[in-house]
Amino acid sequence: MRGRSWKALVGSVAVTMAVSACGGGSETDGEAAGGGGGTGGGGGGEADLTIMVDAERTPIMETLGQQFGEENGVTVEVQSIAENVQSQFVTAAQAGEGPDIVMGAHDWIGNFVQNGAIDPIQLSPEQTAEFNPLAIEGVTFNGQVYGVPFAVENVVLFRNTDLAPEAPSTIEDLVATGQAVVAEGRASEVLALPVGEVGDPYHIYPLFTSGGGYLFGENPDGSYDPADFGLGSPGSVEAFQKIGALGETGAGVLKRSITGENIVNLFGGGDAVYMLSGPWNLAPLAETDVPFEISPVPGFADGGPARPFVGVQAMYVASGSDNKTLAQEFATNYFTNPEIAQQLFEADPRPPALTAVLEAVQADNPLVAQVLAAGEGGDILPAIPEMQAVFDPMGKAEAAVIGGADVPSTITSAAQTISDAIN
Amino acid sequence: MASSLQQAPQTSTPHEGGRRPRSRGSTTVVGQVVKTTLLAVVGAIAVAAALPLVAAGEWLLLAVLVLVTALLFWVYLSPRHVPLKYLVPGTLFLLAFQLFPVVYTVSIAFTNYGDAHRGSKEDAVRAIEGASVQQLPDSPTYELSIATEGDPATGDVVFLLTDTAQDEYFLGTAEGLEELDPDDVEVGSTGRITALDGYTVLDLGQATARDAEISTFSVPTDGGAIRNQGLSSAYEGAARQQYDAGCDCITDAQSGQVWTADEEVGYFVDENGDNLAQGWRVGVGLENFAAVVTNPTISQYFFQILVWNLAFAALSVLLTFAAGLFMAVVLNHPRLRGQRLYRSLLILPYAMPAFAMLLVWRDMFNTDFGLVNRLLGLDVNWLGEPWTARVAVLLVQLWMGYPYMFLVATGALQAIPADLTEAAGVDGARPGYAFRTITFPLLLVALSPLLITSFAFNFNNFNAVYLITEGGPFPADNPQAGATDLLITYTYRLAFGVGGAQYGFAAAISVLIFLIVAVMSILMFRRTRALEEVNR
Repeated sequence: MRGRSWKALVGSVAVTMAVSACGGGSETDGEAAGGGGGTGGGGGGEADLTIMVDAERTPIMETLGQQFGEENGVTVEVQSIAENVQSQFVTAAQAGEGPDIVMGAHDWIGNFVQNGAIDPIQLSPEQTAEFNPLAIEGVTFNGQVYGVPFAVENVVLFRNTDLAPEAPSTIEDLVATGQAVVAEGRASEVLALPVGEVGDPYHIYPLFTSGGGYLFGENPDGSYDPADFGLGSPGSVEAFQKIGALGETGAGVLKRSITGENIVNLFGGGDAVYMLSGPWNLAPLAETDVPFEISPVPGFADGGPARPFVGVQAMYVASGSDNKTLAQEFATNYFTNPEIAQQLFEADPRPPALTAVLEAVQADNPLVAQVLAAGEGGDILPAIPEMQAVFDPMGKAEAAVIGGADVPSTITSAAQTISDAIN
Repeated sequence: MASSLQQAPQTSTPHEGGRRPRSRGSTTVVGQVVKTTLLAVVGAIAVAAALPLVAAGEWLLLAVLVLVTALLFWVYLSPRHVPLKYLVPGTLFLLAFQLFPVVYTVSIAFTNYGDAHRGSKEDAVRAIEGASVQQLPDSPTYELSIATEGDPATGDVVFLLTDTAQDEYFLGTAEGLEELDPDDVEVGSTGRITALDGYTVLDLGQATARDAEISTFSVPTDGGAIRNQGLSSAYEGAARQQYDAGCDCITDAQSGQVWTADEEVGYFVDENGDNLAQGWRVGVGLENFAAVVTNPTISQYFFQILVWNLAFAALSVLLTFAAGLFMAVVLNHPRLRGQRLYRSLLILPYAMPAFAMLLVWRDMFNTDFGLVNRLLGLDVNWLGEPWTARVAVLLVQLWMGYPYMFLVATGALQAIPADLTEAAGVDGARPGYAFRTITFPLLLVALSPLLITSFAFNFNNFNAVYLITEGGPFPADNPQAGATDLLITYTYRLAFGVGGAQYGFAAAISVLIFLIVAVMSILMFRRTRALEEVNR
């Protein structure tokens, strides 16, 4: 008897789960969910405000959320997502189970907007003026501001000051200094720049722009124009010629064996003279005893300036939120309070987007201002949905070129693949 | 089970087998208590699942839930329906975990479900209008206090607004804006109204309780409407883009541009063929399947990838089976000492988390810093050349898979009676000959279903390839089809790698892969049956 009833229980649990899953999946009517939530002050034991963040920021957001909750008599829940916050949020929002707020990179905005998952935020001119203009540019999509920025980041050149005391002024300078150090046997690698077998366009981008390449043209208002895709342009091909010359069959500075996973070990262990990476590696490097300084990524001697991608980390209010007023209040007023922003900075030391906070912290954290300075003149990472089609093929082309493949045919066919996907 | 042996008091027709009289359910106290408890839990779960369905108005699903629950109670509360008592749980499982996903996948395959096409047309219209709300030019940003007429829990929501630049105060209701006499209001340091006779200014907690109303509340004005942004500011804004049901189109009030709904693609499209970002889900018929066949990048590489996929699955099974069987035979020798120790050591790879191990292996194959090249003193770009990458993937498969084969082969070996091989020995057969003609065929009979399922599993072994090579290395002129790509990694890239998530397309390809695997499995099971008949 026991066996049977047990099976029955399990069976019915399965059915109820399946049925309620369907309920979630097919529930497209946001009004219905809103009506249910509005009957009580967050009825059914659910928190008033739910924030979805990645695992790294979970501890600090739990602290901040708790503070906000205690000050205002509301409950705040932090949903920690291990991987793919972007797609998890869109899926949850579509099912009507999404959080009220999500935090992440500004280049997710295009996808969020095309899925109707987030609402624009109306910042007053006074509020807008408090932010780094690049940060506001990053969270602006189709003329609307969609997020409240809190950090701005870009790649910089780290150098081991024991091995290379002076910051290089050009790539050629970097290669010459680095190769001399390697020839002396004091290091094994010149430059730890993540490539991997499938490439890494984000990190190669400064060299790509210095060599004369571009991805998307700009509209008169400064936004990206998806119709003008430039990977196949002569300038881009020329840029990859120069990148290829630094590759495995050329100078041997760029290698597919160097990846995002091993650069910190290489540079932190003193095996690489230079490293190209972002402020997210400041904390891991502080744990090593390698002496380092940072400087802007240098360009080619006969090329333009090396413009890195500038990424913005921001907070977004979900369209389907049951507590939109509270979520807006948290994002636009509480979260932009300089003291709160400073707490966030201390937990995650990336250059703050609020000018006042940046000024407050840069005296004690000179590196942060240097990172920001290195990003001046950089290109905002495109948030247009078309960008999703770019990274994978472009990365593979980059890896092939660094491995010694013929540049024009490789780059043209990658550009063709991307153009096909965009149209 | 003493209870089941008790004679039912009623006259009962004998069972078909005639072995057991029909029982009248559990008559022991413990049995009754357990059964009652479990059924109560079923009821409780059903009620818990029903509440959100009622709230969301999902009547069809609610009906399914009620029917299933009623069925369970009917079957288990009655002393009859004994066969059903055994069949119902399994059937429900089959429906929930096998049939439902299959039906759902197939149904998605005929739509354009994916990024920008996730929801309904109403969702898309709402998103377009909501996303186009802009603050009117030259309009003030107000300091806001949210208040209610009278009681904070039930009174009508109103906005108390301050234009700090002009030093003017307003009462905003659902009817419109009304200027207030500055003498009537109490004002805080930032200019916000803190009190007004007849109204209650809400604190954050009270406002949260009324959030659903506040979010949809707006004060109509000549140019648009005043909406709140959080709790303490408000702006006068208007949606630039509006849907007009008459022409089934979206019009931009400022530029006059018009986008007309296109139900074929699920987008609003203007005369140049450009569409608004937000779309909706529409049926596309066989288009997804047609794309698989006609898309040149797919059809061009499909065959090449299919061949490697078959080789990968077959070699994975053969290599692991050969290694596992060899180990099993060696360790099955009766005079070997420390059998248990060796066996425990051998199954270690099986006990480690595959996900982490695959990433470790990927790093071990690194050209310059990997363990493999360093130990062997080689300079091979393992994952950068097609054939070495294929070898590397198969080596990892071998390492990860042989413990399983070792375990099942050991089990099967021990189930083969020793007297068979002994008899062969007595008849003068050498051990190798006896193994080849007696042990091995018997093993195959026992293990071939496992080998076939292992083949089907490896045919779609996404992790084994994606975590090590991501399908690469890729030819320089083709970023789409890599040397180690399986159909599943290839289609994953097509469906999710470029242009966001395209679930409809992915579902169509899954259906095709399912058909391929199903056909091959059926053919192989036929062969197996032939094998069994030979042995009889």
